Amino acid sequence: MTGALGIAGDVRAGRRSAREVVEEHLAAIAAREDELHAFNLVLAGEARAAAAEVDRRVAAGEDPGPLAGVPVALKDNLCTRGIPTTCSSRILADWRPPYDATVVRRLRDAGAVIVGKTNMDEFAMGSSTENSAFGPTRNPHDPTRVPGGSSGGSAAAVAAGFSALALGSDTGGSIRQPAALCGVVGVKPTYGRVSRYGLVAFASSLDQVGPLAGSVADAALALEVIAGHDPADSTSVAQPAPSLLGELDRGVDGLRIGVLSELVEGVDPDVGTRLAEAAAALEAAGAKVDDAHIPAARLGLSAYYLIATAEASSNLARYDGVRYGLRVDGDDVTAMYGATRAAGFGAEVKRRIMLGTYALSAGYYDAYYGQSQRVRTLLIRDFEAAYESYDLLLAPTTPTTAFPLGAKTDDPLAMYLSDVCTIPSNLAGHPAIAVPYGRGDDGLPVGLQLLAPALGEATMFRAAAALEASLRSGTGASAA
Amino acid sequence: MTVAGVTTDWEMVVGLEVHCELATSTKLFCACRNAFGDEPNTNVCPVCLGLPGSLPVLNRHAVELAMRVGLALHCRVEPSIFHRKNYFYPDMPKDYQVSQYDEPLNVGGWLELPDGGRVGITRAHMEEDTGKTTHVGGGGGRIHGADHSLVDYNRAGVPLVEIVSEPDIRTAEQAKAYVNELRAILVAIGASDARMEEGSLRIDANVSVRRGGEDALGTRAEIKNLNSVRSLGRALEYEARRQVALLEAGEAVVQETRHWNEDEGRTSSMRSKEEAYDYRYFPEPDLVPLAPSDEWLAGVRAGLPALPADRRAALAEVAGVGGADPSVAVVVQLGLDGLVKDAIGAGVDARLALTRAANELANRGAPEPAAFATVLRMEAGGRLTATQAKAVLAELAESGGDPEKIARARGFEALGGDVVAAAVDAAIAESPEEWARYAAGEAKLAGFFVGKVMAATRGKADGKAVTALLRERLTSA
Repeated sequence: MTGALGIAGDVRAGRRSAREVVEEHLAAIAAREDELHAFNLVLAGEARAAAAEVDRRVAAGEDPGPLAGVPVALKDNLCTRGIPTTCSSRILADWRPPYDATVVRRLRDAGAVIVGKTNMDEFAMGSSTENSAFGPTRNPHDPTRVPGGSSGGSAAAVAAGFSALALGSDTGGSIRQPAALCGVVGVKPTYGRVSRYGLVAFASSLDQVGPLAGSVADAALALEVIAGHDPADSTSVAQPAPSLLGELDRGVDGLRIGVLSELVEGVDPDVGTRLAEAAAALEAAGAKVDDAHIPAARLGLSAYYLIATAEASSNLARYDGVRYGLRVDGDDVTAMYGATRAAGFGAEVKRRIMLGTYALSAGYYDAYYGQSQRVRTLLIRDFEAAYESYDLLLAPTTPTTAFPLGAKTDDPLAMYLSDVCTIPSNLAGHPAIAVPYGRGDDGLPVGLQLLAPALGEATMFRAAAALEASLRSGTGASAA
Repeated sequence: MTVAGVTTDWEMVVGLEVHCELATSTKLFCACRNAFGDEPNTNVCPVCLGLPGSLPVLNRHAVELAMRVGLALHCRVEPSIFHRKNYFYPDMPKDYQVSQYDEPLNVGGWLELPDGGRVGITRAHMEEDTGKTTHVGGGGGRIHGADHSLVDYNRAGVPLVEIVSEPDIRTAEQAKAYVNELRAILVAIGASDARMEEGSLRIDANVSVRRGGEDALGTRAEIKNLNSVRSLGRALEYEARRQVALLEAGEAVVQETRHWNEDEGRTSSMRSKEEAYDYRYFPEPDLVPLAPSDEWLAGVRAGLPALPADRRAALAEVAGVGGADPSVAVVVQLGLDGLVKDAIGAGVDARLALTRAANELANRGAPEPAAFATVLRMEAGGRLTATQAKAVLAELAESGGDPEKIARARGFEALGGDVVAAAVDAAIAESPEEWARYAAGEAKLAGFFVGKVMAATRGKADGKAVTALLRERLTSA
């Protein structure tokens, strides 16, 4: 199976039919979905109809769009009109949105074929997709391992060839971490680059929609389609989508790239080795590489878990049984709220709602939420200082390769620590891309990430393409 | 005003929080219609229903109207942000209300009462309205004991401005005057229709009492469910007396929210300070800061119409009466000050113009200015009686037309002076006995002769003119 660019090129040119492409992917799903559980819902009928429409447009000589016939999987927190959008939660198990998210509409308009809604940690809270109310997703590279999370279903779908592209959401690493653990490319765009309209909110000031793909070029193609100003999202950046595909061949000659020292500490030795190899490969390709420092980087984790939970405690209040979703009756409205939320939310979601409620409470606000916002400001200043000397920063995506199912489910703090490398980009609102870079000692994929300043996607994709090319040409990771 | 106690006199201290729905065509954060009285749950969309994934986009016109409110209340318009106010309630779709907290749009102004007194305005901030819940069965319309509740989300997301006064109000009359003046301002600047009966203006009152001469504020109660200006006055009087009685009995006033029961004429406890919600305010991450540019602000300021206080002053000056003249206030309230000023300018007697406008044109349309002045000149010149002038004005206000023609059509064509004089002389001649008694000082017999003249002229004579003629005949006799 070819990637998104290849499929779109073939379908647009009439070399392959979209119907043929979608059948190929539905067959791949049929072969392994029972084992992996990447999807909450496979949309075979809708996908075939969408593919037929693409084929009709090609036959009629109409422009079928840049993603013509490309199978795409959607994380199940992206609203799809008339199609269940569950956030992998019992509380929304039967909810069908009356509208499409802006990114979903843009995908449809671009000729994409939506093949299903992918499994995730409930309300995107988690790092392993084990917090799904509908059971975990397994890693296609080793089904005893987690795919990462919270966009674990999207990462697994791309890694298993269920779809050429997937969309995820990244609040603290939820696209990049599973991309790394599943050996695919994952992009967290600049905050405001991609509309959040129709993304079910976890932490509004941190959430960002982005693509997962089999290659840097496919991720660039997807981001070009979904990015760009949306008047329905007040936090949307007033800029058109960036032009990325044209940047990919420009190389890294002359780019200044800093290796983020604070994020190298504490990672597994094999991950550290891949990182050193990547730095060497970029240097060989003409970049100027040395060590960079973001002193506040490691403070990010604590600040993140206060800000994200505080916003979540408010965002998730609306699941009260009054208007939609699960309702468990009680003697009065307060009892109904309690019964509904007790039955509807899983343990991790409840834990975070309680943490966030506490952090915002009278008398604690300044010590927790206020202090976290100050840390956030400090972190942004550290990044600004670093970007005076560097165009991009290089770091591990995760401290380890994919861990076994159940390994961290009883230890929330250990689970939270798997986000330590990805969280700083969310707090700063900056873009970052996770690129697979060889394998660990256990034979599982290792992911590295490139970080850029706000709206620096073009340069970031340039370097990511160079990193990817170094693997293909054998100039990069020894274990590739 | 003081509240008399047993031991001493007490002073009522009141601050008001007024919620005012802005007269935008669409809601604060979405394109749904902002309309009262539509079929329930027809003006709704994913945004105002708070559906998962939906996001707010601030309505520019709502901000403009909120800025008008601030400027009309002499506030500073400042860069502001929105917060979320978190609490669970079925008519609030997101279970938080988007409001402004410590950085509101309008701060630090004042409102001038018709008597010239000022009430400070702490702030006037923007927020979204909630839906409307109807509790069915059981507890008399309150949630407690209701069988079930129905929620209409048409109102959810309607833009509100909450206007918070300083605790500068000392009497129920002042509180009522404040609300009436605020309504007049809101209507005059086009910010709101300010109809309490439709809930587009809603009042909460913070009330405390203190001994006369004391500076420190007493413990306050917040009173809700004040559905009319009259309720406000009654509730304040009741609550102040309740607090005085407590304090004089050696008990304490509890800081709490109290519910005004209009039928029982009393307040009762809703929830105490300990039971008060912790709203967990935090900055709304789905909206960006609101910082109106200087150009925008200047444009809004330039577009503000004259305010009621300025219009009262201008009218009083033209009419040569005092600023607190009741007719002046009524004429401005009716929006007829331009008409009256034009008439005075055209030579009509100021008092006559004020009185006729205030009394005859309420709840009617305004007549053409030239026609209005013509009728009043006809009346002043004796060509129309007062009764006839009022009738012509009423017809003019309702269907327009030419005053001369209306008067003729109604048979009001004034009688010539000679006709009236002839009728007077005839009446005297017909009743010499009564005339002798009248001439001897029995003044009430004037009515007898006026009646005879009226009968003879089929009511077309002006009573005052007839009386004047009778006196003339006396002195010349």
